[in-house]
Amino acid sequence: MKIGVRQRQGVTVLEPKGKITIGSGDIALRDSVIEALDSGSRKILINLKDVSTIDSSGIGELVAAYTTVTNRGGKLKLVGLPPKVSDILQITQLVTVFEVMESEEEAVDSF
Amino acid sequence: MSRPECQFHLALGSRFENIELVQVVLDESLRRLACDDDTRYWVGIAVREAVANAIKHGNHLDPGKKVEIDLRVEGEDLIISVLDEGNGFDPGRVADPLQPENLLKPDGRGIFYMGKFMDGVEYRFRDGGGTEVTLRKRITSGVAIPERNQEGER
Repeated sequence: MKIGVRQRQGVTVLEPKGKITIGSGDIALRDSVIEALDSGSRKILINLKDVSTIDSSGIGELVAAYTTVTNRGGKLKLVGLPPKVSDILQITQLVTVFEVMESEEEAVDSF
Repeated sequence: MSRPECQFHLALGSRFENIELVQVVLDESLRRLACDDDTRYWVGIAVREAVANAIKHGNHLDPGKKVEIDLRVEGEDLIISVLDEGNGFDPGRVADPLQPENLLKPDGRGIFYMGKFMDGVEYRFRDGGGTEVTLRKRITSGVAIPERNQEGER
């Protein structure tokens, strides 16, 4: 799994591609969020449009990222959920936790 | 229903990268059983969780310890068992990840995933060690996913 990182209007946009699963993608996601925070970013948007699979460890890392960013005074939002990732967030009731945006433009403007 | 060409047995070392191998073999078997895309996807997720639990919690990431995965068909049911070399656990003590106090915990969703995506999940603890989880899926059944509304939200 690779994670693209770019800046858009002061927002750090993370774009994981592939699987966020135990032993690989989950750690990469964690590292990229920590790196963004350490570089001073407090507005973090994760665009999940290219994520094919997310297992319970991947979901756990999203939750951990949300908690870490919030505890450090930042905001973390999600956008671009593929239908099955959206299904997982619904099943785990995490849609009530995450702020899920319809488009990247809307998401960036909302910070 | 006799479909021996779809059955398999794998014995793998406890490494997370081996989950990908299981996924490939499982997916091919489910294709031969004419399972639709959704069924293959959700069964795949459930089996990934079972194997990950076996590697992490059962075998404590010891690559010398084996995880055995079997797939067979009984009537209209797909039966997948995952056996580790661990000492077992009490399924009754696993916390509900949907409870508000657990919602923000980063772990504890694997067993929940299995129960959600399969029609049955059973545990058996062998004398002398070894935990076997058996996942059952009616081949013709789907996975109950909440309906999307017209705007694509749930």
